[in-house]
Amino acid sequence: MAFRAGIVLFPGTNRERDIAIALAAANGGREPVIIWHKDTTLPPLDLVVLPGGFSHGDYLRCGAMAAQSPVMRAVRDFASAGGHVLGVCNGFQILTEAGLLPGALLRNAGLRFLAQDHHIRVESTDTIYSRGYVQGQSIRVILAHGDGNYAADEETLDRLEGEGRVVFRYSRRDGTVAPDANPNGSARAIAGICSENRRVLGLMPHPEDAVEALIGGEDGKPMFAGLAEALAA
Amino acid sequence: MSSRPIDADLARSFGLNAEEYARVLTIMGRTPSLTELGIFSVMWSEHCSYKSSRVWLKELPTKAAWVVHGPGENAGVVDIGDNLTAIFKMESHNHPSFIEPYQGAATGVGGILRDVFTMGARPIANLNALRFGRPENPRTKRVVDGVVRGIGGYGNCVGVPTVGGEVNFHAAYDGNPLVNAMTVGIAPRDRIFLSAAAGQGNPVVYVGSKTGRDGIHGATMASAEFAADSEEKRPTVQVGDPFTEKLLIEACLELMATDAIIAIQDMGAAGLTSSAVEMAGKGGVGISLDLDAVPQRETAMTAYEMMLSESQERMLMVLDPAREGVARAIFEKWDLDFAVIGRITDTGHIVVSHKGQIEADIPLQPLADEAPLYRRPFILPVAPAVLDHAAIESPVSLKDALLTLIACPDLCSRAWIWNQYDAAVGGQTVKRPGAADAAIVRIEGSRRALALTTDCTPRYCQADPRTGGAQAVAEAWRNITATGARPLAVTDNMNFGNPEKPEIMGQFAAAIQGMAAACTALDFPVVSGNVSLYNETEGRGILPTPAIGGLGVIEDAARARGIALTPGLDLVVVGEDGGWLGQSLWLREIAGREEGAPPPVDLVRERRHGDFVRHQIAAGDVAACHDVSDGGLLIAVAEMALAGDTGVALLDQPDAVTAHGFWFGEDQARYVVALADGTPLLSAAHTAGISARLIGRSGGRDLTLPGGVSISLATLREAHGRFFAEWMA
Repeated sequence: MAFRAGIVLFPGTNRERDIAIALAAANGGREPVIIWHKDTTLPPLDLVVLPGGFSHGDYLRCGAMAAQSPVMRAVRDFASAGGHVLGVCNGFQILTEAGLLPGALLRNAGLRFLAQDHHIRVESTDTIYSRGYVQGQSIRVILAHGDGNYAADEETLDRLEGEGRVVFRYSRRDGTVAPDANPNGSARAIAGICSENRRVLGLMPHPEDAVEALIGGEDGKPMFAGLAEALAA
Repeated sequence: MSSRPIDADLARSFGLNAEEYARVLTIMGRTPSLTELGIFSVMWSEHCSYKSSRVWLKELPTKAAWVVHGPGENAGVVDIGDNLTAIFKMESHNHPSFIEPYQGAATGVGGILRDVFTMGARPIANLNALRFGRPENPRTKRVVDGVVRGIGGYGNCVGVPTVGGEVNFHAAYDGNPLVNAMTVGIAPRDRIFLSAAAGQGNPVVYVGSKTGRDGIHGATMASAEFAADSEEKRPTVQVGDPFTEKLLIEACLELMATDAIIAIQDMGAAGLTSSAVEMAGKGGVGISLDLDAVPQRETAMTAYEMMLSESQERMLMVLDPAREGVARAIFEKWDLDFAVIGRITDTGHIVVSHKGQIEADIPLQPLADEAPLYRRPFILPVAPAVLDHAAIESPVSLKDALLTLIACPDLCSRAWIWNQYDAAVGGQTVKRPGAADAAIVRIEGSRRALALTTDCTPRYCQADPRTGGAQAVAEAWRNITATGARPLAVTDNMNFGNPEKPEIMGQFAAAIQGMAAACTALDFPVVSGNVSLYNETEGRGILPTPAIGGLGVIEDAARARGIALTPGLDLVVVGEDGGWLGQSLWLREIAGREEGAPPPVDLVRERRHGDFVRHQIAAGDVAACHDVSDGGLLIAVAEMALAGDTGVALLDQPDAVTAHGFWFGEDQARYVVALADGTPLLSAAHTAGISARLIGRSGGRDLTLPGGVSISLATLREAHGRFFAEWMA
């Protein structure tokens, strides 16, 4: 059984092919549908993806303009009706700007764009996005962002931790979380979080660029295999 | 400005000399208007007319069975099989990058991207070739930081991976850094768009960003030497908007999938002027422009300002009138300006009107045909004497020399730079920077991949431009070969000093001769390029830098080889034993001498060795391969060890060469090939009459030198990574 995935295209989105390829590979070759940012309704879908890129050039706060797009009202409705939404990189930024996930993504602590491989530790396997992994597993993924420094107030961070909503954390290769393995200064080394109902996930790294041994490794593959299995069931 | 009389003095301030201005008067038969003078001056600038270089560029080979379009179009086009073409070009943005490093570099990337997608190609890779001044020069750090941020800021945002490049430092670039940007795109063979306008009455359409006063006379600036007051030229530097560029790419490619476009040209140097003149000129038609219709960012712009503005992210198209509505709808969807600003005519003139006045009316044919063309006086350089290499003694041990060299600015890790460039976007980058001698980018939906590299060794070119020109081509060819790919063609970016000086023109001529010889011998034609002259500040020229961008193809991306070692491999060097220390980095960094003749480039040997190595890789047993270039054999081995995080135990060098000559000599046409068992390769080389030698075996956590001295990988890595980390901390 295949699932129905849709990718929202904002002006400035640039990783839509990467994620389309990863989704299609996990979904029997079925290409996701493309949703235009000016659309006001969504077709019937099992998963909405907000991909990476520089929506509206990120000339205002990253994701701030995109969060006001006509399509985001429909995405919000979809999420509140229990739909699954995945935001990667700029998509994560849009989800926080749209209020679908708490916190914000600030300039990287080093004030430079980061484009390199990094390890993240799987903190919770209790989402469709992380069920393909083993708790505590360290996976290698690509970072490509200038604003990935996750920030939230202490109370929010405590709540996220307490509810097991921190899904991915930056780590060393061996899975150890340490200041020298936190590439962008994120609070509590957070790389990805999910919503209260665990169906909306935002993360900064790009698992979609790690689904083939030849290109970036295969550590991102279980994410797509896992969500495919869950959504097709 | 309009109050000044239009005469030879004003023309001179626009960069036209007395003779050129007299030619303008003859063509026009009257005193030109200010706008007309502006059009002549930019079209006849060095940057747009190639007036000093054209006679020499003709000597470069430009044809091969796989070349679809050579020089003369916006970019070169080669057939890569599967009914696809690769479209690519390299272009400089040197002067702007010194004045305003971030914007100069960013708009350099933007401009070269447009040259490629103008032809219908989706850009799939960016590369660059950068030269900076001495790190000790306080200005250099700011330039490096700004240029790297600018390249990343633009490329990352448009979503085209930056997959490769090269960086050198030398005092000769203190006041004149070089920023050469290359873009590679892919287009179906039957959907390539050209710039020749046609069809009387067809609409001339402007799309993209609005026109402002930025960059007026940028092409003229790029055609003059720098003085110390270059800061004052900051207003001539354009400002880039990668977001608009991204929209423009998507909108243009969407439109190109229809049959609406008759001709298309980006507005690059000299903006609306050059795009309109070139489109009409190539089509042998006339063009009328109504500047009132041009989307404008500022108020009260004059015709002169609009015709010479170099505002970025703009394109000019001639459309099929029946499809104008289709085109408009696409650009409106992407929220981009779309304006019909003129028509194709049969007058053979460019006629520019503004506010009811004719501001310019110039016959196109003489504007192009009577453009100045100079065969400038030149003095061919005398090749320096060959050093007595055997007599050069090493002041330090092999180990100390290695640790010094691998940490020096020209050989240290470039990760600080790469880590600011998104090399992965698109999901097709098989070999990222540092992983292989050439970047490997697969074509989506195919197993086929391109191998891409940029190369030049300016210190060789300074010592002997002919050898240096040949070496730059040979190294690009070798880097592609070392991945297993088949080299197809090159784009060149000729960066030189003031061509009015006979010694500089001599460097140019000699470099062209060397390049031509290498391109011919290696079946590696030049299909596009760019010339940047007057790279001088206060009368001091740069090192001659003919940067080469090479492109190759490999049928199966999975068969491409990188440089990373794994344990248990024999290391075999293919090529003669080293020893050539003249102009080597060892001589400069260890002995403190920049002397001698550069290593000779034997093109027959280059071809033979390269074809042999490519054949060995295709046969499937080669695990890793790296060419021997800057720093020599030991640097190549150390880079392979670091890339694979695997040690190497090296064997003794032959007695006939000094140890430092063998390990650090920069003899050409050499490769280090790593494979489980080197014996069959050694015997194949022997059969083919090619020198090859087993030099060591991989394994462990140390690089063990002949004689048993060991350097741990951690020590090596620390030395390799130190420079940028400390400099930019």
